[in-house]
Amino acid sequence: MAVKDYLRERFFPHLWCPGCGHGEVLGGMIRAIERLGLKKNDIVMVSGIGCSSRIVGYVDFHTLHTIHGRALAFATGVKLARPELTLIVPMGDGDALAIGGNHFIHAARRNIDITAIVMNNRIYGMTGGQFSPLSGINVSATTAPFKTIDKSFDIVELARAAGATFVARSTTYHAQHLSEVIEKAIRHKGFSVVEVLTQCPTYFGRKNRIGDAPEMVKWLKDHTTPVGSKAKQENPELIERGIFVDIEAPEYCEEYSKLVERARGGSR
Amino acid sequence: MAKPKLKRHLINRDWCKGCGICVELCPKHVLELDEQDKVSVVRPQDCICCRLCELRCPDFAIEVETEE
Ligand SMILES: Cc1ncc(C[n+]2csc(CCOP(=O)(O)OP(=O)(O)O)c2C)c(N)n1
Ligand code: SF4
Ligand code: SF4
Ligand code: SF4
Ligand SMILES: [Mg+2]
Repeated sequence: MAVKDYLRERFFPHLWCPGCGHGEVLGGMIRAIERLGLKKNDIVMVSGIGCSSRIVGYVDFHTLHTIHGRALAFATGVKLARPELTLIVPMGDGDALAIGGNHFIHAARRNIDITAIVMNNRIYGMTGGQFSPLSGINVSATTAPFKTIDKSFDIVELARAAGATFVARSTTYHAQHLSEVIEKAIRHKGFSVVEVLTQCPTYFGRKNRIGDAPEMVKWLKDHTTPVGSKAKQENPELIERGIFVDIEAPEYCEEYSKLVERARGGSR
Repeated sequence: MAKPKLKRHLINRDWCKGCGICVELCPKHVLELDEQDKVSVVRPQDCICCRLCELRCPDFAIEVETEE
């Protein structure tokens, strides 16, 4: 199937701003799904609220557009009821790690077979550019006219510590890599997290004078480096990209079905 | 493997938002924005068919078609 066969073309052009990275994440994800040869009917995509969460409106799968921060809770319910389906949960940085932070760590802890894609533009895009737990220090935002003093989460380290069994990071500059890690994340059995560093030119870019969308994409090239590279040792400020965790561990739905068997058999 | 040869760029003018990502990041400066801020192919002979424009376009507005 071609990329466009997975899209709900009637809703295009999409509502994202010119140069918004969310559209590119959509493209990377669709190409990953195409390479995996997944059937549209076997995919459930669940999102919360935010510009990023609007992504579910554009894909021709089973889609649930739920409430802010709670997408993983809904996805957990779907997956437990129908474990044979492929669950993908695209989220904004605010959605995943501000209001949804608790759902995020507990989904990781359970190692439920869901792929979470965090579209990290370091800002609340939808509501007008408030800073998020991923903005980091010294960032201008609607709610930080004198710049932020809050340290940012490191999504990779947070996901690893919470128990995610696949953790990767990519960017909208690295389009091919982005799609490849999403493919591996979907293939992985267990809770997978892909952080995508992406651009919100309308709020983050404008307020922080990084420049227009192409400049923001180039910024992602200049400020990241492959995991374990020599460049990182020389410049610790660089953000690493690549696959950080890829391990096997008991998956939640499988453990749950064993529990059901035990209960049926009356043994404890 | 033979190098892919460009047939043409398929451009969807209704979907292109003129963000300039494909233009600025094309390694061979093949693309430009026209007076209506839509992408246009100005140096097709320089295209190396890397498809980065297609992969990075947030709007699914440009595709690279190559000879079989
Ligand atoms: C319970 C609840 N609280 C707050 C909001 C308002 N709200 C909508 S989207 C959003 C944050 C969006 O930021 P992010 O998740 O980073 O997504 P982006 O728009 O940047 O893609 C907030 C606070 C809401 N819709 N529901
Ligand atoms: S406000 Fe930012 S995140 Fe939202 S669509 Fe526009 S560029 Fe994208
Ligand atoms: S395929 Fe590569 S070289 Fe050709 S126009 Fe696109 S980005 Fe430029
Ligand atoms: S990247 Fe896409 S939307 Fe942006 S100018 Fe190029 S074709 Fe148009
Ligand atoms: Mg955001």
